[in-house]
Amino acid sequence: MEASSTATTLRHRRLFGAGGGRRVGDRIFSKATVVAALTVLAILGGVAVFLIVKAAPAVTASAADLPEGKSLVDYIAPLAFGTVLAAIVAVIVAVPLAVAVALFISHIAPRRIANSLAYAVDLLAAIPSIVYGLWGIFVLGPAMVPILDWLVDKLGFLPFFEGPASVTGRTMLTAGLVLAVMILPIISAVSREVFAQTPRRLEEAALALGATRWEMIRMAVLPFGKSAVISGSMLGLGRALGETMAVTIILSVSGIVTFDLVSQQNPTPIAANIALKFPEASGIDVNALIASGLVLFGITLVVNMIARLVISRSNVQ
Amino acid sequence: MSTKLWPALAASAVLAVGVAACGSSDDSGSSGGSGGSSDSASGTIAGAGSSAQEAAQEAWKANFESDNSDATVTYDPIGSGGGRDQFVAGGATAFAGSDSPFDTDELPKATQRCASGELVQIPDYISPIAIVYNLPGVEDLQLSPETTAKIFKGEITSWDDPAIKADNPGADLPSTDITAVHRSDESGTTANFTDYLHEAAGSVWTDEPDSVFPIKGGESAAQTSGMVQAVKAGEGAIGYADESQAQDLGVAKVKVGNTYVAPSADGAAADFEQSQKDPELSQGKYVFAYKVQRTPTDPSSYPVLLVSYLMGCTKYDSDEQTNLVKAYFNYVISSEGQQAAAENAGSAPLPPGITKEDQTAVDAIGG
Repeated sequence: MEASSTATTLRHRRLFGAGGGRRVGDRIFSKATVVAALTVLAILGGVAVFLIVKAAPAVTASAADLPEGKSLVDYIAPLAFGTVLAAIVAVIVAVPLAVAVALFISHIAPRRIANSLAYAVDLLAAIPSIVYGLWGIFVLGPAMVPILDWLVDKLGFLPFFEGPASVTGRTMLTAGLVLAVMILPIISAVSREVFAQTPRRLEEAALALGATRWEMIRMAVLPFGKSAVISGSMLGLGRALGETMAVTIILSVSGIVTFDLVSQQNPTPIAANIALKFPEASGIDVNALIASGLVLFGITLVVNMIARLVISRSNVQ
Repeated sequence: MSTKLWPALAASAVLAVGVAACGSSDDSGSSGGSGGSSDSASGTIAGAGSSAQEAAQEAWKANFESDNSDATVTYDPIGSGGGRDQFVAGGATAFAGSDSPFDTDELPKATQRCASGELVQIPDYISPIAIVYNLPGVEDLQLSPETTAKIFKGEITSWDDPAIKADNPGADLPSTDITAVHRSDESGTTANFTDYLHEAAGSVWTDEPDSVFPIKGGESAAQTSGMVQAVKAGEGAIGYADESQAQDLGVAKVKVGNTYVAPSADGAAADFEQSQKDPELSQGKYVFAYKVQRTPTDPSSYPVLLVSYLMGCTKYDSDEQTNLVKAYFNYVISSEGQQAAAENAGSAPLPPGITKEDQTAVDAIGG
């Protein structure tokens, strides 16, 4: 008892220096972290205040002065629809893929392959979105044209594939696929960290009861990692909602409201609309664009808060 | 979250720094202060505005700076609206480039900005807009304004429509669906193209000219390069783009009088020569705004063109600034300046009559 406490004190001395010096270092360190934390809050608050102040003139302006001569709600609602639609398409495609990749890395692949694959997936996150955009418009778009034709031909009875198919491939489906690739790393990274922490005893218990590997994953790993998949998906959704450059380049936007994913006429996501309209905008149009940005800010905030909520609830468990 | 994310984050941070380093290519060389010889212009002026003028402005800036080693000119292609706003706000932005002249709301503010002198607004850049299409097997395409308007309105949906056949007697037109592509961003090209449709085919194209394409629906693409890529990718696609960017796409001939005319720099200049001033927007001694001639009958003119303006003041706070703006504007409208723009941006040199009038405004600077 005595000996171990002396050892602890000695270790402290080595780490922090003797006597008062340790207190000063402690204080500076804790102050510095507090300042850093407050800076983040100040930036977030500053952005929110900027958006609200700059959006205010558009809120009070009459419809005739606003872009397209519509009320602010009528102007932003179709844009918000486009934002959410693109992000949902991306999440629907990305989540199963990301979970499969995560499971392969955490449970199926040999360690060496798993490590390099994990690194490759993480590298996907490092590709700038403009590069994804260029890839989408030059490679994926044209390659999608026959697939879009096929979808309209075979699945045209669904509202999503009603057509007519785009001849350039610059559709919501293409944009959604590119977004899916972009958000795959975050979903798979969050999922695989938690999958890998599945208690060995649960896995071994399942296997001992005669479960196959798939059954073991289904009974032990997936339930354990469920909240990680959900929160990872929410983080991915947040990124897809705000993604600008790739969507702006790829998507043929029309500002209309439609669920048709394969035609040349697509809803405009908020971020893409701002990127397209801001450079030449002046006066109240700028305020209207910022108001739409405020709505986007709100949507992403809510999505991220839900993600945090899911994570924190799973931590309590 | 995950420790394995760190390599990715680090890599993206490195990339971001790299991109930022590449992006900051603006000239930081300050040549203000101790001026050189009294004859050559010196100091720094900043301009902002139209991205259509960007390539031309780059050429002008480079040539002007090599002629006047003590002078620095910067041009920020933030867009026409932004350029006009920055100019009106005063401050560092001494001149603006804009695809549309000051409107009636902006004119008083712009005049106020130049309160110590006069406002100068002169056309400095004209460029033919090509109607580009992708229709394999059809080498020559002729379009009347009405047919063009109907195509972009979505009223004509197939290439073998009787209206297109009537414009192209004897041509073998396929039944391919038409995909009309417009610009999804605000653009001076769109403003001039819709102005052409409105003036030349007003019975079909009832929407007022606008820098935002007024009709919802149809295919859209961002920027000129996006437009060109969309038309290139889609069989049966048709769009409009600066003629210098048409590359290997099909370029339609436009009906002028009783013939069909292909876009050319000379044609655009000939057409602009016939244009009249817009009296409502030309309020000021040196404020020139033109209503472009969209319905010429002379087959040497090509009416689908973009006209862009240069805005400045006759007097600035410092004489150095005034002299530099004067020297720069002089160079821009000179035949060498216009030639440089033609080579670098594919624009059409200003017609002599316009140059002469521009010259009166430039001569008034500092005078």
